[in-house]
Amino acid sequence: MGFQLGNVVLTYPNGQRALSRITLGAGRGERVAVIGPSGAGKTSLLRLLGAALRPDDGSIEVLGQGPWRLSARALRRLRSRIGVVYQKPPLPGRQRAITAILAGRLGSWPWWKAIGSLVYPADIAGAEAQLARLDLADRLFERCDRLSGGQLQRVGVARVLYQQPDLILADEPVSAMDPTLSNLTLGQLVDDATARSATLIASLHAVDLALRWFPRIVGLKAGEVVFDLPPVRITEALLRDLYAAETSVPPTQAPEPLALPARGPRNVAACKPQ
Amino acid sequence: MQASIVVTTANAHRFDPAARSRATAFVVALLVLWPLLVWSQFHPALLFETRNLAAIAQFLGGFLPPDMSVEFLRHVMRSTIETVAIATAGMSLAFLIAVPLTVANTRALSIARIGPGPGWRMSRVLHVISRGLLVSLRGMPELVWALVFVRALGLGPAAGVLALAITYGGMLAKVYAEILESADTEAARVLLQAGSGRTLALVYGLLPVAASEIVSYTVYRWECALRASVVMGFVGAGGLGQLMDQSMKMMNGAEAATILVVFLLLVLVADAVSAALRRGLA
Repeated sequence: MGFQLGNVVLTYPNGQRALSRITLGAGRGERVAVIGPSGAGKTSLLRLLGAALRPDDGSIEVLGQGPWRLSARALRRLRSRIGVVYQKPPLPGRQRAITAILAGRLGSWPWWKAIGSLVYPADIAGAEAQLARLDLADRLFERCDRLSGGQLQRVGVARVLYQQPDLILADEPVSAMDPTLSNLTLGQLVDDATARSATLIASLHAVDLALRWFPRIVGLKAGEVVFDLPPVRITEALLRDLYAAETSVPPTQAPEPLALPARGPRNVAACKPQ
Repeated sequence: MQASIVVTTANAHRFDPAARSRATAFVVALLVLWPLLVWSQFHPALLFETRNLAAIAQFLGGFLPPDMSVEFLRHVMRSTIETVAIATAGMSLAFLIAVPLTVANTRALSIARIGPGPGWRMSRVLHVISRGLLVSLRGMPELVWALVFVRALGLGPAAGVLALAITYGGMLAKVYAEILESADTEAARVLLQAGSGRTLALVYGLLPVAASEIVSYTVYRWECALRASVVMGFVGAGGLGQLMDQSMKMMNGAEAATILVVFLLLVLVADAVSAALRRGLA
């Protein structure tokens, strides 16, 4: 019931290959972290699973349905069961956090409820409860353009928690947060997925976070799966190999604020006793 | 073959590769615009010949001083209210026509474009049809519509309201759709990708981003509707225009001047309303 990809190929409009012959699956309630250097295809993989991109070749099944074989109405229903956490949540600056969070249920609410909610928020308690899990309840009525990058990411997470999707796709969900908040946020995503038996797939740049919160780690490199292992079997050599190309990346690319790949192996050792 | 490729890339680095196309566009624009000026018999020097200057001065001199008699001002007041009513009623109807057409038309809200998904061809066809509908609505000048409706409904404001509703409905829908497309559509796309419908994606994802543009264009169009209602008044569609038509026909410049002053005030009001609304939406 999670997802199943078979020999999936995805090519960008410019002809560059994003994913080549990926075969990957996860069952209901499984938690998978996708790691790999930038440009490995992590975001493309998640957009594919979110039925936002159509594969050029291969088979795809999400929550037991092939999205591109569905009617428009059924595809909408399927999409409303998928929640996506974006690295930079695209929320209108003038929108308040509460509206942004309640928008998580636009796919399931009747239209009159959604319109009415713009006049007076339909579920203040519900939105506040999700924001409180992420330690941000005091910003419920704040405009999104008054929030910092990390706060905005937490509003994006709260929206997906409020949506209660069967499949959660998180694309670098904590890249703008400090380690404490990163762990809090990932912990809440994991708790929510576990409590509702939802499938959780997260791409993470910080290897230590992946190893700590996920029982299954997929290494992605140049559009291919190079390993798919539980954390205990991830070795320093595997990680060094995975990030080998990262050193040749031009230094103009902004570095992620958290755990650089070079630190990965040390964190492996730190995590092993767990 | 390989050598020539190397040379081109080297050149591309030494010169701005966009320079040639920019220069071409500039020359083409000049070549197109110059004959247009000639064809439109544009001879600005004529304006400054003494004979013509005298004619203009005589015409404008008849406008002063404006007619401020109480009786005429009462007429002007009634016509002003009528003009504002025509413009506002026409704009409201135009807005009602424009909103569904905008939602149907703008690419910023296309669900089928994601993927592309099911119904993609159908949505392309519908897009072309709705564009065609917009063109036919706004293609005919409101003056022509006013003439048509004056025949059908008789002299009076109703003809002006209908004429405005039709042409301005088409204009509003076209420009709204384009404002939405040039806004940041990411928030709306994300909502569509989470299973939301077009209208909800519009109000939750696009309007918060584009509201002040939409408002400022709408108020500007209301201002245009005021002016248009005057022109339509000349063909019998009521309001200040009809009054001005009478004054002009009787060569009463003083009355025309009063009407023009009222007009200026109306435009100033529109400007203030627009500025206030935009401040509120910032």
